[in-house]
Amino acid sequence: MPPASSATPAARDTSPPREAEFPNDRALEAYRWMVLSRSTDERCLSLQRQGRIGFYAPLLGQEAAQVGCALALRPEDWVFPAYRELAVALTRGVPLRSIVDQLIGNSADLSKGRQMPNHFGFAAQRFVVASSPIGTQITQAVGAAMAAQRRKDPIVTVPFFGDGATSSNDFHAGMNFAGVFRTPTIFFCQNNQWAISLPREKQTRSRTLAEKAEAYGFPGVVVDGTDLRAVFRAVSAARERAVRGEGPTLVEAQVYRLGPHSTSDDPKRYRSDAEVAEWKSRDPIARFRAELLKAGLLDESGDQKILEAARAEVQAAIDAGEAARPMAPSSIFDDVFAELTPRLIEERDGFESNPGGGASHP
Amino acid sequence: VTELTLVQAVNRGLQEAMRADPDVLVLGEDVGVNGGVFRATEGLFKEFGDSRVIDTPLSETGIVGAAIGMALYGLKPVAEIQFLDFIYPAFDQIVSELSKFRYRSGGQYPCHVVIRAPYGGGVKGGLYHSQSTEAYFCHTAGLKVAIPSTPADAKGLLLTAIHDEDPVMFLEPKRIYRSVTGEVPDGDHRVPFGHARLVREGSDVSLFAYGAMVPPSMEAAEALSQEGIQAEVIDPRTLVPLDETAIVTSVEKTGRAVIVHEAARFCGVGAELAAVIAEKAFFSLKSPVARVTGYDTPFPYALENLYLPNAEKIAHAARSAVRAS
Repeated sequence: MPPASSATPAARDTSPPREAEFPNDRALEAYRWMVLSRSTDERCLSLQRQGRIGFYAPLLGQEAAQVGCALALRPEDWVFPAYRELAVALTRGVPLRSIVDQLIGNSADLSKGRQMPNHFGFAAQRFVVASSPIGTQITQAVGAAMAAQRRKDPIVTVPFFGDGATSSNDFHAGMNFAGVFRTPTIFFCQNNQWAISLPREKQTRSRTLAEKAEAYGFPGVVVDGTDLRAVFRAVSAARERAVRGEGPTLVEAQVYRLGPHSTSDDPKRYRSDAEVAEWKSRDPIARFRAELLKAGLLDESGDQKILEAARAEVQAAIDAGEAARPMAPSSIFDDVFAELTPRLIEERDGFESNPGGGASHP
Repeated sequence: VTELTLVQAVNRGLQEAMRADPDVLVLGEDVGVNGGVFRATEGLFKEFGDSRVIDTPLSETGIVGAAIGMALYGLKPVAEIQFLDFIYPAFDQIVSELSKFRYRSGGQYPCHVVIRAPYGGGVKGGLYHSQSTEAYFCHTAGLKVAIPSTPADAKGLLLTAIHDEDPVMFLEPKRIYRSVTGEVPDGDHRVPFGHARLVREGSDVSLFAYGAMVPPSMEAAEALSQEGIQAEVIDPRTLVPLDETAIVTSVEKTGRAVIVHEAARFCGVGAELAAVIAEKAFFSLKSPVARVTGYDTPFPYALENLYLPNAEKIAHAARSAVRAS
């Protein structure tokens, strides 16, 4: 068991177990996404240490929650991620190459090198560009759901956030708006037990995060986030409710952030090795792999091939990303507005004639 | 052409934009059944219903966050913040999110939201119904900031804002919501951003004023005229983008500049205008640039008339500038 201070996963899986069982024919696909994100994670942590990317926020331990949720969504749904949702992006079909380009911030980066690593945005996959402030995407997702209601589009919007975000202004505003307007929104909370150094029980006195939904007039469910099938069931049920017009659901996927908050963080300062080891023994990928092996959906050599293919894909993406050209200097001034203002034109012209000269007037 | 007050012109602009485009919608506190506390949205709920005129719970971050989501989805939301003084719970959404969506996504996610907010003093509103904090928004890259001073501009700038591709802070000088009436063109009347309005021509001193500071600046100009001083009055209309050409051209002509705003002086918009004049019209200046502004204090309730710029203070500054050279 995890330490008493942490929530106990699996004990309160209240999602309907039967109606949306995870389809076995997607099991290998799910497993591949998890392995690919783990391989990416491992490589990116070392790339950061080598100074080849500036920063990285690993999702280690949250793969089943992310892949399970993403597989329960449809391409037309809108995802509003935080900055740890790499596996969601992959599962929604974002090429790994695009992800690595963003981590590097090269000229192929669809976001044009404007943000720190992990702050992805991929319009084609309806994966809205992330930001660093906590919780801000939650009200936005609710607004997008209100727009979908107005257009009568049978879709859901899904804000992703962590346990820390449940203390933010926008969590409460967003939950409240969603309740009042009965929006088709799935609030997908990955409770990874730690908001940098603050443990879950110091974030809120609530027994679970899911129970907060009750106060806003809609259901909240707790699900074992290390169990891909359980997450899939919970999100599928929430999605069905939403598109039927029955309103939002808060899904609390209980997971554990096995790695640091980011490459700038040292978790040894605030949590015990024993706690980490306990959760490591419940690694979501190992769990799913064991299930697949037991069910005969995967064998050892097939597993090895999946891992090798993932590593090769990661290597190829890094090679391509590092070979791509850097962003053009003058691109600093693009996309502030649809068109450059006279002031920006002046600053750009000054920059081009004297790039080291700052924003001084010519 | 119809004779309207400034707030009626805002209302007319919203109504026409909503009639022309089903994607335009309004959301905010008390904007529906009640028609807004200043009646800027009066009649819209009845005409367009609750799916386009949305009474929201009392949360500014909810209003702006939801408006952002709607805009990302493809709608054209016009969010009302009841008083600019109450916008700060939404500051994170405006400064961290709305202004940066296009940039941070490399152009993948333009985010066109219009935020309307009444602002400014002179209405016995005290600390929290009087402030002029336009500078916060001007300082944030990615936001456009429009402030009308006439009914025609209120409608014309609002329609431009609603059809713009970028986020727009549309700040309405509530002190002159009803005290100013004027002719407003019917139909799709749009006033382009970044084009200042020459309110009054003059040769001796340039007065730069926007919003509720335009009427007292005009009053000052009339008074100065009696003394043989011809003041030019220029209303920039939009602070971002700023019509620097109009400002520089006027100072090159008059050689003197007085900048008027009701916001506090320190780091106010006047500081930027003064810097533009210093950088680009320095050798035309015959006297130091002057600023007539609110004081660097919180907004005082009982003494607001002493805090706010008025025609007398403006005329005094202009007179001093003329006499200095």
